[in-house]
Amino acid sequence: MHLNRVKNKKISLDDLRANFIEIEPALTQKEAMDEANRCLYCYDAPCIKACPTDINIPSFIKKIASGNLKGSAKVIMEANPVGASCARVCPTEELCEGACVLNDASLPIMIGNLQRHATNWAIHNNQQLFKAGEAVGKTVAIIGGGPAGLSAARELARLGYEVTIFEAKEKAGGLDTYGIVSFRLPQEVSLWEVEQIEKLGVKILTNTKVGRDIQAEEIIDNYDAVILAVGMSKVPMLGIEGEDAEGVLDAIDFVETTKTPPLDPQYIGKKIVIIGAGNTAIDAATCSVRLGAGDVKMVYRRTEAEMTAYEFEYEFAKQDGVEFRWLTQPTKIVKDESGKVKALECVRMELGEPDDSGRRRPVPVQGSEFSIEVDAVIKAIGQTRYVSLIEEFGLDHNRGIVKINTETHQTSNPKVYAAGDVIFGDGQGDAMVVTAAQQGKLTAHAIHKTLMVDTVAVENV
Amino acid sequence: MADLRVNFAGIKAPNPFWLASAPPTNSGYQVQRAFEAGWGGAVWKTLGDPILNVSSRFAGTHFGGQRVAGFNNIELITDRPLEVNLKEIYETKKRFPNHAVIASLMVEPNQEAWHEIVKRVQDVGVDGFELNFGCPHGMAERGMGAASGQVPELVEKQTYWAKEVAEVPVIVKLTPNITDITATAYAAVQGGADAISMINTINSLAGVDLDSWNTIPNVAGKGAHGGYCGPAVKPIALNMVAECARHPELNHIPISGMGGVSDWKDAVEFMLMGAGSVQVCTAAMHHGFSIVEDMIDGLNNYLDDKGIANLDGLIGKSVPKYSDWGNLDLNYKVVARINNDTCINCNKCHIACEDTSHQCIDMLTSADGKPELRVREEDCVGCNLCSIVCPVDGAIDMVEIPNGEPMTWNERQNAIKLTV
Ligand SMILES: Cc1cc2nc3c(=O)[nH]c(=O)nc-3n(C[C@H](O)[C@H](O)[C@H](O)COP(=O)(O)OP(=O)(O)OC[C@H]3O[C@@H](n4cnc5c(N)ncnc54)[C@H](O)[C@@H]3O)c2cc1C
Ligand SMILES: Cc1cc2nc3c(=O)[nH]c(=O)nc-3n(C[C@H](O)[C@H](O)[C@H](O)COP(=O)(O)O)c2cc1C
Ligand code: SF4
Repeated sequence: MHLNRVKNKKISLDDLRANFIEIEPALTQKEAMDEANRCLYCYDAPCIKACPTDINIPSFIKKIASGNLKGSAKVIMEANPVGASCARVCPTEELCEGACVLNDASLPIMIGNLQRHATNWAIHNNQQLFKAGEAVGKTVAIIGGGPAGLSAARELARLGYEVTIFEAKEKAGGLDTYGIVSFRLPQEVSLWEVEQIEKLGVKILTNTKVGRDIQAEEIIDNYDAVILAVGMSKVPMLGIEGEDAEGVLDAIDFVETTKTPPLDPQYIGKKIVIIGAGNTAIDAATCSVRLGAGDVKMVYRRTEAEMTAYEFEYEFAKQDGVEFRWLTQPTKIVKDESGKVKALECVRMELGEPDDSGRRRPVPVQGSEFSIEVDAVIKAIGQTRYVSLIEEFGLDHNRGIVKINTETHQTSNPKVYAAGDVIFGDGQGDAMVVTAAQQGKLTAHAIHKTLMVDTVAVENV
Repeated sequence: MADLRVNFAGIKAPNPFWLASAPPTNSGYQVQRAFEAGWGGAVWKTLGDPILNVSSRFAGTHFGGQRVAGFNNIELITDRPLEVNLKEIYETKKRFPNHAVIASLMVEPNQEAWHEIVKRVQDVGVDGFELNFGCPHGMAERGMGAASGQVPELVEKQTYWAKEVAEVPVIVKLTPNITDITATAYAAVQGGADAISMINTINSLAGVDLDSWNTIPNVAGKGAHGGYCGPAVKPIALNMVAECARHPELNHIPISGMGGVSDWKDAVEFMLMGAGSVQVCTAAMHHGFSIVEDMIDGLNNYLDDKGIANLDGLIGKSVPKYSDWGNLDLNYKVVARINNDTCINCNKCHIACEDTSHQCIDMLTSADGKPELRVREEDCVGCNLCSIVCPVDGAIDMVEIPNGEPMTWNERQNAIKLTV
């Protein structure tokens, strides 16, 4: 996101929908051509290495400059099956754009926006970019239709596999469809990517929750390979009194309500406090502002320096008028007579000795308790794991982080592979759409390698 | 996917994108890398009697922030021994039997010299020859290259000598440093050329350094004219290709077009104007061999979009649209129309027309107080200047307006003659 290009900064209380329209406008034709022609077309370009999916960035930009937009979109989507979403949600400053050699000489190329320009062309021109491969006679089940699952499905379909995705929700796309704020990623972009993959013959069984509607064992028995790509689950409990009050919300659920109309007008003019200071917390805060809340505060027990949100997210939230309460630890949620949240009791913290993560541990300041009046409290302190499902599959895990062999992408059950947020943690990548996409892609290739070796071995018998 | 294969005067290649005879085709290592990257053919760096090169050879013309709008060089033909080149040509052809390997040749205007080099090179197995009658510097001072390429009789004679012994197609590469390129093209046809190619580089001096007052490039404080190529020369090259393609006495001789081809769109233009293959030097020198990937991909997507199955559906299709001035319709009229919703009010069109054309763009204020530019269409001569200087796509349209029956200059002169 380029904050200087953000339009639509005014919050409308009459038409909430207007607040959720993509805030950074698409490049105009002239902007796109000027920017594409500014790209140096570096050799062995650092931007390619900085992209977790290795998109050949100079190549797709050259194709924009030459007017070959179809070719450009293909270069992007070939490397990254959710490349249209990534164009909007990747923290490009930290990835491709951060690596651009023009950072020092002038300004980095707006790679994300050019990627959006090329993929928009494909969306608007109804292009089906890839074809299914010739059938190889093997089946793969994918649990979870988020970026990781979709990306694996796309690659497997191109390699000729018969792929079935089991998706708990009504639509596929995972957090791209339900979790990332609309004003950065409109749902239709994610759904276009889903459609591209469905058109390759991938079967997507929506409203089908594995573990409830179909059992793990049945899937393992009926497919040649299985990919677990369920992502992560709900926000954990805070473990403080009053957490069950009405009006205490899970940030991911909260953002999800803003992804599909109608938008809930109940927060107009209200006071909302968000607990946490990561990416999701920022999203919850900015969504609150866009739902018309009159007073939005984020409370975080550490300081600005330790917050995990990106710099641009922090800036963006500040521009949206979000207030930050650093070194503040919630201790209790106070309810009114009807069981509705009324106030959040907090205590001020100060930084003590470094903890395991190397960050200085916040410790309470005696006698600094205070209370904030609230109409809603949104929890954004991370995500829990689908531990029981993982155990149903009988997979080794570490507190819900599925263990894989990083070369073969296999879990402790060689028939079951895992990709995306479900393996995030313990040093296995970042929780980003783009890493999930890459892991899905690599998992598909790993399956192909394993199954084809098996096939050859069988044929030789 | 369209079929991009070409059969150019009997030379077959997987696609029409060939590297021109120049530094990119200096060695087997380079040509093989180029073929791996996707180039369909390569014209080897001109072979001949070994020469000596100078140090500091090239200069770029950078324009408005874009590097290499034009490219100037004072390099001569190959400086490597003939045997080494021949060995590498042999190895390259063996590794890439389906790619076009064409040897560019230049020797003094002498029958024996031509016979000898054609035979020697032919023995290692090339798909064709390109006779370099175009190099404008150095070699010309020794009576070769452009010096012989500017004299139609010498072009014809040398082509004839080469053809006497050549068993593979002979392309004659023409110099643009001549008033009418069809004259030397005609001489090549008379000499028996199987094809012609153009353009070689245009005489040039890239610049003068404002502090040292040295020429750019300079060799120990001295300079000499070089040859110009790259994007800046494209319109000149395109015209020369088109003039040859439409010339009735050139018998539709195949033309390999070059001069400023930088992407697939340039290539399409050359092909529409009659080129059966295109050659590229500067763009490869600026960006590396990988640029051919988008040339192929872009051409493929373009042909698919147009529903064209192969290059025959493209080559020469615009040639009938290229004619003499006397055949243009004097009654055809276009006028500029400004779209004020798109206009960003830089007023460049106004001042261009006011100062340097026909004073017909008015700067007005609209009813709601906004600045508005409007063309007085009755005074507009349809010169296109305003739409050329306009920085915004779609802000100025040149629209056709009905203006009576067509009448060309030639028709008009005939009509006048008849009435007299
Ligand atoms: C609020 C929020 C904002 C974010 N913003 C960004 C951002 O700006 N940029 C960025 O790069 N990343 C962002 N992320 C992270 C990113 O969304 C994830 O890393 C990414 O979506 C992971 O992809 P995945 O496919 O592993 O999981 P998910 O996207 O979570 O997809 C998992 C899918 O599995 C389905 N599923 C779960 N359980 C079952 C089951 N039992 N049976 C069947 N289906 C099941 C789910 O319904 C879901 O569709 C954000 C995350 C959140 C929560
Ligand atoms: C450095 C340099 C060396 C060249 N040497 C030769 C040569 O040896 N023989 C030849 O026929 N043309 C030579 N040329 C001309 C090119 O083959 C080509 O005709 C010209 O550069 C136009 O194409 P372009 O605009 O794509 O560069 C040379 C060009 C350059 C830039
Ligand atoms: S490109 Fe640079 S390094 Fe290479 S030969 Fe020329 S001057 Fe030397």
